This record gives sequence, structure tokens and C-alpha cells, in this order.
Amino acid sequence: MNNLLRRHVISIYNNSVKLSFRSFADVPIKDKIDQIVKNNKVVVFMKGVPDAPRCGFSNAVVQIMRMHAVPYESHDVLSDENLRQGIKDYSNWPTIPQVFINGEFVGGCDIMLQMHQSGELVEELKKVGIKSALLTAEPPKDEEKK
Amino acid sequence: MNNILQVCFSAVRRMSTTGPVESTIFNKLQSALSASHVNVINESYMHNVPKGAETHFKVVVVSDKFDGLPLIKRHRLVNDILKEELQTGVHALSIVAKTPKQWEESDKIVESSPNCKGGFGK
Repeated sequence: MNNLLRRHVISIYNNSVKLSFRSFADVPIKDKIDQIVKNNKVVVFMKGVPDAPRCGFSNAVVQIMRMHAVPYESHDVLSDENLRQGIKDYSNWPTIPQVFINGEFVGGCDIMLQMHQSGELVEELKKVGIKSALLTAEPPKDEEKK
Repeated sequence: MNNILQVCFSAVRRMSTTGPVESTIFNKLQSALSASHVNVINESYMHNVPKGAETHFKVVVVSDKFDGLPLIKRHRLVNDILKEELQTGVHALSIVAKTPKQWEESDKIVESSPNCKGGFGK
């Protein structure tokens, strides 16, 4: 009797664990990404991690963020195939890296580079309350602010 | 001597051979954007892919149609035109999209993309 009861309890327990596990895994990737980009001011989806980028384009974005001393959350798409495809669908953008500021897709490596060069990045960061380290290190020249 | 010259010549020719994907990209961009200047650079050799692969490209497009469009919309336009290629093997696409005026005012020097760090192929 005791045995029977125990088996029963275990099976109920197992089921509930499976159920809760499944419901977590079933959260659509779109919703997960939504949460990630809305809960952080700056998010970078990249190949590898900031200390060891595994793609030159991802590395370039990391270097730009470092120059501006931007605090950001990074996600490695190489460690999650679901995320790798999911992020491309989410932003309707075919390549990695991808940068989000304030929940909005800003661009990939080319756009970040150009925004960095034109001074636009400093302005975008200011809008979300991040002061670029370049402002204190080197005051922007007038000619750069076209 | 003649032989050496010939070898050199054929090597140069082989290097400058345009692949099928490269010419498709060129044609699509030129016609869809009525571009006044298109340059398609196959940067695949910089990456961990087989010789002659067509996986990594940089494109320079100069078109009136970019007038008044912010950078992200220009890039989306180009991505859209090359949607098929991006889904079927083109893995990296670096884009320089300028209006004719911006192109004239620029130094017209296009820097090559950053070096690969080995992430391809995973």
C-alpha cells in the first residue's frame, strides 16, 4: 500500500515537473527576446562573448561599446541555435551582430561603426541616460557635429 | 620567362574571376536601385571557408533611392533585395549605401571588413 502510494506520488511529481519544464521551454523565442531587449537599455546579440568574440563584426561592436564604456547585456547566438534564428526573425535582419537600445533595433556592425564615427551613437546613448566615456575623454569637435 | 609570365597572368585571372552569386548580387542591386555605382567585393577568402566560396560579401551601392532615408532603412532595402541570397548561403553582408552626392563628397575609399574570428561553420 505504502509502495503504491509512493509510486503514485512520484508519478504525479514527475508529471508536474515535466509540465512546468515544458511550459518554460514553450515560451516563444519572440517573447523571450522581447523581455531581454525591454529589460535592458543596451543589448548586443553576438557570436561569442565580449571577452572572446568569435566573429570580426561582433568584435568590432564590442570594441565600440568598450570605447564608450557602455554597460550592456550580451547574448551568444552560437550557444543557442533557437536564438540565432529567432533574433533574425524578431528584427527582420539577416545578420549578426545586432544591437538594441531601449528595446529598439538599432543596427549591425556597419551601422554602429557609422553612428560611432558621426557622433550619433553618443546622442542615442544620452537619450537613454548613458554618458559615453568619449565625452569625458575627448570633447567632440565642432566639425564632427554636422 | 614566358612561362612565368603566363603563370602569373592566369593566377591574376583566377583571382578576379567573378562567381555566380557575386554577379547575381551585382545585377540585382544595380537594377532594383537604378544604382549609379555598384561594387561587390567577395571577402570570403578572409574566412574559414573553402577556396572560391561565396559566403562573405561587402557591397558598395550608390543610388538616388537612398535620398532622405536613414541608414537603417537603406540597409533594410539592400537586405531585402538580396533576401534570397542571404537565405541560401550568403552568410555575411557588409553594406555601404550612399547617395550620389554623399559618394562624390566621400574619399571613395572602402575599408575592408574586420578579420574573421573563427565563428563561421558552427
